[in-house]
Amino acid sequence: MSGTTRPHERRPLTGWGRTAPTVADVVVPATVDDLRCLIQRQPSRGVIARGLGRSYGDAAQNAGGLVLETGGLDQIGPVDPTSGLVTCGAGVSLDGLIRTVLPQGWFVPVTPGTRQVTVGGAVAADIHGKNHHGDGSICAHLDSVVLVDGRGELRTLTPEDDLFWAVPGGMGLTGVIVAATLRLIPVRSDRMVVDTVRTASLDETMEALAEADRTHRYSVAWVDCLAGGGGLGRGVVTAGEHAASPGEHDGGGRLPTTAWAVPSWAPRLPLSPRTVRLFNEAYHRAAPRSRRSLEPLGSFFHPLDVVGEWNRLYGARGFVQHQLAVRDPEVVRQVIAMFAAHRAPTFLCVLKRFGPGSAAPLSFPQPGWTLAVDLPAGDRRVGALLDEVDAAVIAGGGRVYLAKDARLAPSALAQMYPRLDEWRRLRERLDPDHVFVSDLARRLHL
Amino acid sequence: MIDACGAAQSVLVLGATSEIAGATVARLAEGGRLERVVLAGRPGRGRVAAAGRVTALRVPAVELVDFDARDRVGHEGVIDVAFDGGDIDVALLAWGVLPEEDSVRAAPLAAAEVVDVNCTAVVTTLLAATRRMRAQGHGVIVVLSSAGAVRPRGSTAVYGATKAGVDALATALGDTLAGSGVSILVVRPGFVRTRMTAGRRPPPLAVGPEDVAAAIVANLGRGSRTVWVPASMRYAMAALAVTPRSIFRRLPI
Ligand SMILES: Cc1cc2nc3c(=O)[nH]c(=O)nc-3n(C[C@H](O)[C@H](O)[C@H](O)COP(=O)(O)OP(=O)(O)OC[C@H]3O[C@@H](n4cnc5c(N)ncnc54)[C@H](O)[C@@H]3O)c2cc1C
Ligand SMILES: NC(=O)c1ccc[n+]([C@@H]2O[C@H](COP(=O)([O-])OP(=O)(O)OC[C@H]3O[C@@H](n4cnc5c(N)ncnc54)[C@H](OP(=O)(O)O)[C@@H]3O)[C@@H](O)[C@H]2O)c1
Repeated sequence: MSGTTRPHERRPLTGWGRTAPTVADVVVPATVDDLRCLIQRQPSRGVIARGLGRSYGDAAQNAGGLVLETGGLDQIGPVDPTSGLVTCGAGVSLDGLIRTVLPQGWFVPVTPGTRQVTVGGAVAADIHGKNHHGDGSICAHLDSVVLVDGRGELRTLTPEDDLFWAVPGGMGLTGVIVAATLRLIPVRSDRMVVDTVRTASLDETMEALAEADRTHRYSVAWVDCLAGGGGLGRGVVTAGEHAASPGEHDGGGRLPTTAWAVPSWAPRLPLSPRTVRLFNEAYHRAAPRSRRSLEPLGSFFHPLDVVGEWNRLYGARGFVQHQLAVRDPEVVRQVIAMFAAHRAPTFLCVLKRFGPGSAAPLSFPQPGWTLAVDLPAGDRRVGALLDEVDAAVIAGGGRVYLAKDARLAPSALAQMYPRLDEWRRLRERLDPDHVFVSDLARRLHL
Repeated sequence: MIDACGAAQSVLVLGATSEIAGATVARLAEGGRLERVVLAGRPGRGRVAAAGRVTALRVPAVELVDFDARDRVGHEGVIDVAFDGGDIDVALLAWGVLPEEDSVRAAPLAAAEVVDVNCTAVVTTLLAATRRMRAQGHGVIVVLSSAGAVRPRGSTAVYGATKAGVDALATALGDTLAGSGVSILVVRPGFVRTRMTAGRRPPPLAVGPEDVAAAIVANLGRGSRTVWVPASMRYAMAALAVTPRSIFRRLPI
């Protein structure tokens, strides 16, 4: 950590979806002591931590209150050469971490679809990656977290402490994480061996994913939610492994250093069901029927990172991402049919299988399937459509991901997360005065 | 909070029994997110009935606050009571009177009272609500102006003048709120078929209160802006706005 803490700046914040902006006093604490002082003052409209703002909705916003950005918590410790354990500040981005450790032969145990998330944000949301079926979510790879609680006290929590489990999935409401120790995985290359298969129907896509889970560490499918007739749910399944040959290892140079920016004057995506359908058609056709290739890590895990601020392409009203998890594949089928029936412009529809869930009461992943879809927020039918989808998900014992949510009904939350009260009791011990508040918490009465 | 799809959870209505407000609350309740409605208005059977209608929409918390537009000293207190009870996502300034033009022309003090009710009370409540919303960092204030505010007619000169004042303040104030998390929606309906216009002959572009409600709800969370109801009213008024006075005053409107 370095520098001094500057006075707060009052400014509007949104999540990655660029919906529902609210204004907060934003501070970047330069030291853990500054951070503790700010929390101890118990500002009247509360405090929330904010990483890189890659959650889609309002999780890292606090209207009228204090928002602590974690950019000052930027240290990366040495990697233990035998265990792969590394301690980093909560503000370290996975991008920075990967750049530091990859040349030494290590990789993060879980990565989301973008490297531009912080360690703190990754833990608070208990993120999952394309390897969830085998490796679980990030909390399975944590040795400990250091947290400033609601009284401003520093606590080190390990998986042996019951309080630890309130933190992953707790969306910042259990305190500000200042550091985490996580177990990296050894890799021998910065390339991935990727198998790509094109599928003709939802059945085929699901079968190919199930198969890929048995044979590969990483897997994911892009699916077409608009194709007519039997083509609905056709897709492109990619499955990958870290390349085994050390000869392929060339030191992190494969991560692009700068992203191309989307200029502010760029036209918004013409997101109508027709154009999305055309895009889907072209994308599906361009994919090989079946292929094995060697790809840079970045293009396999973080294909969208090469375009900075691609979220602007949705226009001023922004977009919502809906991500659900359900055990029963029938519910996935039903939901995709709902999107198709409404001719909703579902852009970037992604399907994946989840392995077993974690012990954290608010962790999102549960065994079965997960589907994530982008929808333009300006489309007036989207709110009602997603409420219908939620009802189907609840009926199937499923849930939605709070790191993506921007519109869930509070009544749906307890139905989706049956262990909500258990989490509340743990939170009560970490933050008895409810100093930690976010717009998400206000909206959902968390 | 107003969510990403524009659904609000709490509303303050000033003008508890206004039909436009009633339709707007009903519309807001449709998404099933509305949890708290504060109805500020003059006590009486009308307000009780309005509260009953909101309860029937399955809104769990309906609160009543006494508000008289003529009691300007009390206005800040009314706003404070509503905000002290929790965040207000939407504040709807929906009261108003449409006097018989002839009678107020004949009684200047009666005309002044119309100005107090329709205009001065908007100044006090709008400024107080803006201050509280700025502090909470989010929210929308909806101000019921009128299409006539753009060019008041002789047949409703006093009413038109009050709406012109309201419209000017709300528009200018809205422009100062960029980046504050708060916005002001200025609504300019033409003729709306409500109690207020009962007995008057509806002109061609007349709408129902549900139409005004739909326009309000569709524009929540889109920043400070001006909405015409019906939307085509904007063009009719744009034409009238540039009509020379010598012709305007002879138009049968
Ligand atoms: C393109 C893209 C792809 C994505 N793909 C995936 C994916 O595959 N899997 C997945 O799981 N997620 C995915 N996400 C979501 C993302 O991983 C999570 O939202 C993550 O939490 C973002 O981290 P952040 O640092 O930007 O946190 P923010 O968005 O800033 O904050 C997210 C939450 O974490 C809390 N938080 C942040 N820092 C701290 C801290 N130091 N202490 C306590 N709480 C804190 C905040 O209060 C908030 O509740 C994706 C997002 C994008 C934009
Ligand atoms: N209807 C139209 O054609 C039209 C067109 C353009 C703009 N507008 C504007 O839209 C708004 C709502 O109109 P509406 O049609 O819904 O009217 P409405 O149904 O007649 O309601 C008018 C409301 O104003 C309240 N009110 C009057 N004097 C008051 C006072 N001194 N103190 C407190 N409340 C008072 C009334 O309360 P009580 O029940 O206590 O009397 C009633 O709640 C008004 O501002 C109006 O000017 C209407």
